[in-house]
Amino acid sequence: MHLILFIVFAGFCLAGAVNLLLQTHPVNSALSLIVVMTSLAVLYLLLGAEFLAAAQVIVYAGAIMVLFTFVVMLLNAGREERTQGSRAARAVGFPAVVVILAVMATVILYAQKLGASSVRDGITPTEELSAMLFTRLLLPFEVTSVLILIAILGAVSLARPGNGEPHGGAEPKGSADSQGSTERTGGQ
Amino acid sequence: MSFLPWEEVPLSWFLLLSAVLFSLGVVGFLIKRNLITVFMSIELMLNGVNLSFVTFAHQWHTVKGQIFVFFVMMVAAAEAAVGLAIIISVFRARATLAVDRIDLMKL
Repeated sequence: MHLILFIVFAGFCLAGAVNLLLQTHPVNSALSLIVVMTSLAVLYLLLGAEFLAAAQVIVYAGAIMVLFTFVVMLLNAGREERTQGSRAARAVGFPAVVVILAVMATVILYAQKLGASSVRDGITPTEELSAMLFTRLLLPFEVTSVLILIAILGAVSLARPGNGEPHGGAEPKGSADSQGSTERTGGQ
Repeated sequence: MSFLPWEEVPLSWFLLLSAVLFSLGVVGFLIKRNLITVFMSIELMLNGVNLSFVTFAHQWHTVKGQIFVFFVMMVAAAEAAVGLAIIISVFRARATLAVDRIDLMKL
């Protein structure tokens, strides 16, 4: 059962990741990233991390990817044009990726303690997680909430119209849009 | 590695999957030409790392790895919000999402 689930959802995961690279339209890439994240949630459940599986679906596949698709649609992002890319990326980047993957695969396959164990049954209870989080790690947890608050404020102030000045004689359509949203935010 | 008995998923497969996901994220970061898709590749890399955290937490019977993943998710949420706001701001200033055209700081 574990093996079948792993093979199916690892296959979904890899297919989604490859599809993300192959698609040229950002919406298709976002949807395949959702497939990757949802199948990763199943893999987390297989590893006994039930809370993280739920959080993966809610936070990643839900909130973050909705934000992504929203921005793709808001900016009306079209098909990307394929260009050559930078020469440094081709000369250094791709060999570096191959080397990184080879080193990691070698370490994973030949490390002594890793090959020995396999997936057991049993789920890490959420109580255990929250007991650790709310006693010993209470300060980092609260700092994270402050971080989220600052991120919200930063996102609002960055995305507010009138922040990024149009470069040169920029498009009239974008400025008209920002005019409209200025009035809307002013109304609130 | 010895051949594995049926119904047993070795944890190294999960780690291999996470390494492959991370590498695909790096490749996407290098080949994609759209600002939003480049950002999505970064999310893919974060997810690959998260999978290896959960795998190690499972192997060592500890909950610390999962707590790490929890914090990574929180920071990724904050990062996505701020990053997409920056992308909107860049789009408003330059009217394009192609990374080749956003080259003001290029030498």
